[in-house]
Parts: sequence; structure tokens; C-alpha cells
Amino acid sequence: MKILVPLKRVADPDNANKVKIPASGEKIDTAGLEWKPNPFDEYALEAALRLTENGTQPKVRAGEVVVVTFGPKETETTLRAALATGADRAIRVDATDDKLDGDLVARALRALVEKEKPDVVLMGKQAVDGDSNQVGQILAELLDWPMATFAATIREEAGALLVGREVDGGVSTLRVKLPAVVTVDLRIVAPTSVYSLKTPQTHKYNDGVRFAALPAIMAAKKKPLAEVKLADLASDQATKVSYHGFAAPPARKAGIKVKDVGELVSKLKNEAKVL
Amino acid sequence: MADVLVVAEVAEGKLKKTTHSAVTFAQKAAATIGGSFSILVIGDGAGKAAAEAQGLGAAKLLVVEDASLKNYLAERYAPTVAAVAKGYAVVVGTASAYGKDLLPRVAARLGAGYASDITEVLADGGTLKYKRPMFAGNAFGICSISTPIQVVSVRQSAFAAAEPTGGQSAVETVAYAGPSKAAERVEFVSFDQVKSARPELTEARVVVSGGRALKEKFNQVLDPLADVLGAAVGASRAACDAGYAPSDLQVGQTGKIVAPQLYFAIGISGAIQHLAGMKGSKVIVAINKDADAPIFQVADYGLVADLFATVPELVKGIQAAKG
Repeated sequence: MKILVPLKRVADPDNANKVKIPASGEKIDTAGLEWKPNPFDEYALEAALRLTENGTQPKVRAGEVVVVTFGPKETETTLRAALATGADRAIRVDATDDKLDGDLVARALRALVEKEKPDVVLMGKQAVDGDSNQVGQILAELLDWPMATFAATIREEAGALLVGREVDGGVSTLRVKLPAVVTVDLRIVAPTSVYSLKTPQTHKYNDGVRFAALPAIMAAKKKPLAEVKLADLASDQATKVSYHGFAAPPARKAGIKVKDVGELVSKLKNEAKVL
Repeated sequence: MADVLVVAEVAEGKLKKTTHSAVTFAQKAAATIGGSFSILVIGDGAGKAAAEAQGLGAAKLLVVEDASLKNYLAERYAPTVAAVAKGYAVVVGTASAYGKDLLPRVAARLGAGYASDITEVLADGGTLKYKRPMFAGNAFGICSISTPIQVVSVRQSAFAAAEPTGGQSAVETVAYAGPSKAAERVEFVSFDQVKSARPELTEARVVVSGGRALKEKFNQVLDPLADVLGAAVGASRAACDAGYAPSDLQVGQTGKIVAPQLYFAIGISGAIQHLAGMKGSKVIVAINKDADAPIFQVADYGLVADLFATVPELVKGIQAAKG
């Protein structure tokens, strides 16, 4: 199986409260924040690795995982890290972060998919900076491929994937015949979430994503990393959504500490009047 | 034409409450661009569900029923939604799992720009701008869409459910446009519903959420409190990841976004991504034994205490206060 995994780097999501917005509101200032891979994309990469191996012999690859990112030269750090974790090949689409929107990325990915011909495009359900949740769905429509969004479980079948999706009020299970687009949710990295045809159903993965060992980090430097120009993938580079300004959310008024349950109940009843 | 199309959400012949938030958006947007709005009711039992959309002020209720729409699949719905949308300036749905799955696909089919999870619609002259949260709610962006048809999803908790205004909307039956080619390669297998007697998280007046500190006693501690308040139960991502609570209860940037009248955060430290899901609540109560937990910075009422002893006492206190 060949899987394409789009990766995005984002300003450290654990410090998202440190994003600064200058008084002009012109842009979001991420200076000083550390770049990290979008967590959902890391989970997609982990799921892709699980689908291209026998979980009991993770050192033997049984398929190909190609990672792709959009951005300037320094985003290659994100790709090298993915190669060290186990991806086989990387592509950087040279682009400027703030000249992209979900639609343009999806259109460029479509061209890349037509060239690379993967069986699956596996990606995070959303990036935690823009929080848009759209590229996978748009890509699936542009390709006229079936999709399974918000995947919590994936079982490989012959020529298909059985996907459990996290939706409102429960889990919806779909079978998508390949090629297909799958976007992943948090639970996809649980120990029994993903099984390739080769992995025995009794196998349990470690919870979470795998980490690169030092020799793998060294070896990743020799793995192929290609550069592609955005213009070669998308002739029309206009975005459809544009931003005019940014603002910090209104601060919540500081509350009070109550001394005991009695005071809490009294405040809720008589002051907040919510009981 | 400058009209707005609401894509309703239907389940088992009923109009889901999510629809009413999109209608509220449509009322505002239509007034700004000088048009009317209509509601597209598509799915199993759409005819019956459409009756519930009467009186909301829509010019038309467009009903699409077909046997193959029984179980929702974007590949089956998107062609019809896109075909109907061609007569409109703005297409809107609510950012539920359904809306988030379907609407970007509809936008792609129309070559339209899509803005998700918007919390406010702004009138800039006669044109529309949208405010949407980013960076886990730590910033808001103001955006606009440049394509002739604009597709948006709205955050349910940011748009109050539309109330009936009276008047009848004309009902029109619209033919099902058929599935896309992709639909041949996707099959609905099952839907495993989590049965609960409690209100839905995104619609509840009171939400009681627990964190990892509750451990295996998650339900044992929270259920009595939720019962006495008629509340929905929520959970932090840490509690879900640890398996103490099912993942569909997760409140946060990557789970459900809630804005109830009253929110209890019990044993929740207040990670950024959790705050993103509940900061819009009217009154926030935090109970945590760590006095420095970030949750206290957003709580209206904080109580530093051991939750295992405090919550049962709170249940009794609320019972007494309610008489």
C-alpha cells in the first residue's frame, strides 16, 4: 500500500495562548514560538506507518509512506523528523505560509496525488492553528474519491479500509474502497486502533506515536527529499478566503474563590441565579 | 441573486437542533445582503422534518427525499446540495460532525471558498465578513470569501437557536441529483449510537465535566451531580485519552464546543485546548485541589478542594437549594 501523508508545521499548540496580535491587528505574530508538527498530522503519519507494516516487525516496511509539506526551506525539519520516524520519502512544496488557504493546498495536493498515485491520502482532520477542518474533504471531492473523516479506527481489508468515525452521538463505520482520503481524529493512535492486513489482530501498539531512535535520525538524512514548485502543482494560486484582521478574544473577568460548598451553592443560587 | 441557503440536518425524520443555529445566521446574513433565506431539508424523512422548519421565516423549504439518502454519506448528499446551492449567494450549515463532513465537499464541488466554525457574521457595507476562532480560541480572524457562492459553517454555541416567527414557508420538492462517482466506492456499515438519557452536550443548559483526576470513579462521582442539575456530562481530553470517559464526551478544541449557562469543571486543570471548548460558558465553576490550576483563571467561582469529598456534598447542597 502506498500512502501520502500531508504534514503541516504549526506554532507550538501547547503555547497557543502566547500567540501575539499587534495592536494593528494586521497579522498573528508567532515569533518566538517553537514550531511543531500539527498533532493530528503526526497521528496520521503514525496510522500510515501502522498500515504499511506488520506491527510485530515494525523495522520491516511493507508499503510506502510519502510525506509532503507546503512551506519555506525550514519546513524540511518537519519532513526530516517524519523520515526519521519511518516515512520513506518526502516532498516539500515550496510556498509561503500566509499565501495559502485550504482550497489552494487541496488543489495542489490533487495534482500531487495524480502524479504519485497513492492508494490512500491520510491526514489530520484539522491543523490546530487555522482550525479549519477542510483540506481532506475538499481534496476528496476534487479527486472524486470516497472519504472517511474523523477516523478513530482503521482496519485494512483487501482493496478497502473499514473506518470507524467519531461523529455526534456515536461511531459511524464506513467501508471505503481504495483509493480514498481518510482524515484522523485523536483516538487513531490508541493501541488497537489501526491494523494492516499483515498485523495480527492480537497485537497491541504502544499508546501514541512512535519516536525516532538516533540511528534512524542519522539514516533519515539520506532518505530522498524532493522539492516541487507550487506553480507546478497549481497554475491558479489565488486564494478564495482572505483575512482582514485578527483580534485577541475578550478576557474573562477574574472570578473569586469560595471557601466551601455552602458558599458555592449560595453564590450560584443568589448571585449568578443559575440554580 | 443574494439569497442564503441553510442546509438543515435531519435524523430519523426529525430536524436536528443544530439547524436552528444556521437559521439564525441566515436571518442576519440575508438582511445584510438584502435577500431572503431558504432551508434545504435533505435526508431520510426530510418531508416530515421540513414541517418542523415551518414558521422560522424561510422563503422556501426545499425537500429532497430518496431511498438512497437513508444513511448519510457526503458522496451521496453533496451533488444535490451543490446543485440547489447554485441559485444562492451564501450556503450555511452548522459545524456539527455532519456539517464539517459535508460542507467542504459541497464548496469544492461549487469551486467556492469555505470558512468554518464562524462565531459572528459582520456587515461591511453590503458585503459579509466572518469572525472565526483560531489557535484554540486564542485569536479571532476576520475573513471574507471572494467566490460568487460562499460556503460557511457556524459554531452552534455562538448562534442562539432561531425562534419561530410565524408565517408559512412554501414547500417545494426537489429531485435528488444522484450520487457522485465516489459514492460507488463507499459503503455505510453501521452507526453505533451512544445511548444516553442526558441532554446533548452542545445543547444542554448545564454541563458537568470531569478530568483525569476522577480516574475510574468518573461516572460514580459525576452522575449524581448531572442528575440533580439535569446536566449533560463532558470530559477533558486527558480523561478521554485515559479511557475514563468515552471520547464523544470530550469538550475542547478538538472535541465539542459548548457554551452552557452553567459549566462545572471538576478535576480539570484547564489546558488551553480544553478552555477553547468551554470559555464561552456563562458561569464557570471549577473544583480542583491544585490552587494554581489554570482553570481558576477562567472560573467565576473556584473551590480548592478534594473533589471526591466535595462533589457528593455539592449534590446535597444543590438538592437542598432547589427545595
